[in-house]
Amino acid sequence: MTAALGPGTGTETWGLLAVVLVTGAALAVGAFGMRFARTTSSFLVASRKVPPALNAAAISGEYLSAASFLGIAALVMQFGFTMLWYPVGYTAGYLILLLLVAAPLRRCGAYTIADFAEGRLDSPGVRRVSMAVVVLIGTYYLLPQLSGAGITLAAVAGTPYWFGVVVVGAVIVVNVVIGGMRSVTFSQSFLFWIKLSAIGLPAMLLVAHLSGGALGRLWSTSAPTFSHPTVVHLSSPTKIEVATREPVGVRGKIDGHAVAGRMVLARGRYEVGAGSSLSFRPGEAVPSVVGQPPASGDGWSSPTGYPGEGSGHPLFFVYSVLLATFLGTMGLPHILARFYTNRDGRDARRTTLTVLALIGGFYLFPPVFGALGRLWDPSLYLTGKTGSVVLLLPRVLFGGIAGDLLGALVAAGAFAAFLSTSSGLLVSIAGALSHDLLARSVRDFRLAALLAGSVAVGLGLLVAPFNINVLVGWAFAIAASSFCPLLVLGIWWRRLTPPGAVAGLLTGGGLASAAVLATMLGVRPGGWPGALLAQPAAWSVPLAFTTMMLVSLLTQGSVPEGVVAKMLVMHAPERLRIAGQSPEHRPPAGDS
Amino acid sequence: MSSGTGGHAVSSGAGGHAVSSGAGGVERIRVEVSAAREAKALEAREKLSELEEQTAIGEVLLRSLLRAQLRLALQILALFASLLGGLPLVFVAFGSLDNLRLAGVPLPWLALGVLVYPILYLLARLYVRLAEQTENDFADLVEEQ
Repeated sequence: MTAALGPGTGTETWGLLAVVLVTGAALAVGAFGMRFARTTSSFLVASRKVPPALNAAAISGEYLSAASFLGIAALVMQFGFTMLWYPVGYTAGYLILLLLVAAPLRRCGAYTIADFAEGRLDSPGVRRVSMAVVVLIGTYYLLPQLSGAGITLAAVAGTPYWFGVVVVGAVIVVNVVIGGMRSVTFSQSFLFWIKLSAIGLPAMLLVAHLSGGALGRLWSTSAPTFSHPTVVHLSSPTKIEVATREPVGVRGKIDGHAVAGRMVLARGRYEVGAGSSLSFRPGEAVPSVVGQPPASGDGWSSPTGYPGEGSGHPLFFVYSVLLATFLGTMGLPHILARFYTNRDGRDARRTTLTVLALIGGFYLFPPVFGALGRLWDPSLYLTGKTGSVVLLLPRVLFGGIAGDLLGALVAAGAFAAFLSTSSGLLVSIAGALSHDLLARSVRDFRLAALLAGSVAVGLGLLVAPFNINVLVGWAFAIAASSFCPLLVLGIWWRRLTPPGAVAGLLTGGGLASAAVLATMLGVRPGGWPGALLAQPAAWSVPLAFTTMMLVSLLTQGSVPEGVVAKMLVMHAPERLRIAGQSPEHRPPAGDS
Repeated sequence: MSSGTGGHAVSSGAGGHAVSSGAGGVERIRVEVSAAREAKALEAREKLSELEEQTAIGEVLLRSLLRAQLRLALQILALFASLLGGLPLVFVAFGSLDNLRLAGVPLPWLALGVLVYPILYLLARLYVRLAEQTENDFADLVEEQ
């Protein structure tokens, strides 16, 4: 059995077929939902008549993005147990959302976060700033989705990176333009179940396949070795580091010398020329790539041992990621929009509870692919394609038709992930743009969707070098530093003022996105400054809260009128029939 | 949860529509009232007292409800923080935990990759139950009045 490196084994047909099927099905479900989309209101929030179970699956479907499907496994494979905090944070974010935001937000009856800001603070200014932040977070979050699409199509069908980006970009624009949110609700819940089975079934089969001794090695901390004869093609020049004397077969160039045949590399660093291939026998050690941490030892198997950027401060990294993901979830515009489709505050809570169960179940699986990949397909370390481990592993482990079919299944799941998350994001971005800049009609919504989709595709072509999970983590950090303080203070603190909200949004959101942008552009100072820039949430979130509160306290004269009534609407149970709560809510139980 | 409530007359019920404008609004209404004719003044005075009554009730309601709900949310949050927030510190302080295995699975993986999720769900379920109970108690209290 030879490791499948890229396409060319005749298996891409299955993967492509699966991708086409999922895409077609998502569009068909969307078009079916189109029959219900008649007015702007139903277009945007599905008329608030979505029952909790369906809504929870839709929220989960929208939430589980390329980062969850592909990125987590890649990070675990590369950096080890420390990356397990990401999915924990992604899930725990819903607990925080449930505790502080879900029911009050639904009761205030706003369509979007910009509506919430305007309704709570009576300020068109806060509304405009919020809209800008929605577009900012939405775009940051859209890029990794499109990037994941590029990676996936490249892995299953051998197409260039840009092709996947453009194809998924086009599909989501069409989906959103024909259906709006209503259709997206149906698509999203459908896509959630595809994603869960596409990651769960292969993971369980792979683990069952390995039972016994091999399973015990899954957690071994020794350096990864090849488990089967493997040929690694390196398409670009690669600097490798050999820890001890290692035998290797070479066809190509090493340090500029043409080599063909087996040789022994002494300890040291070597440059392998582009187009060379290295072959290894079972049991031979995997050379590490210079600049990447070794996937072994305590650094890999410790939950606080992140050996990457800011490596001197793994504990800071963990807490900053936790803070960003805990508090960022509530600030994701496409997720918040979905809470308005609950019937009332009670349903909003129940929906959130179901979401916790659904995504918690999903997150059991992706990290397993990371550990399996380290053991069974370590060639990905050399090729720098750990991002595709979820897609490639079934074929490597099973081979034959079983491997092809499972490979096709995960490809379908990955595609479901991009389609669902990016559709939801595009609805939010287009909603914000059309609601505030254009004339609030369905036609403008479609125009905005087309515009935003095109811009995102353009930017998506530029972010190929970044791990998609890291990109998503940054979107969370910006959300946690802007909308989280706005929501939490807006819901629980009567003294919030429009100037305070604007100051907090600009300070937190602005500084967090500046730090992220600097890191993306390659500004990476060592030591603490580097750690603080790469994971800004730990400082930008407290800063945003402090700014919002301080400026509010200094501008108490502009506390909006009727703040008590507004707060009552958000917190009073539906039973009391407080005026201002959504009129459509069903008669409360036991109130006849 | 204290707030500058001095001049914030507010409509909270379905019928209320008169709202004063910020600090000093009540005084201004009073001034306008005293300038008006007798009959109208009487009517206005009635409206005003009704409004003030509503505002006072609204304030009390809001304060007690907010306090109860916030206390509940913060209690669950504290429980959650002590369970999960302290975990990174525990792993750093007791490095040997990293090597501990249960049924062949390393303890950190078992904790972060598996056990966290049911615990999060149970915490959330506990909160939903208690929050609905708080709201029902509150609604009972209001309806009794």
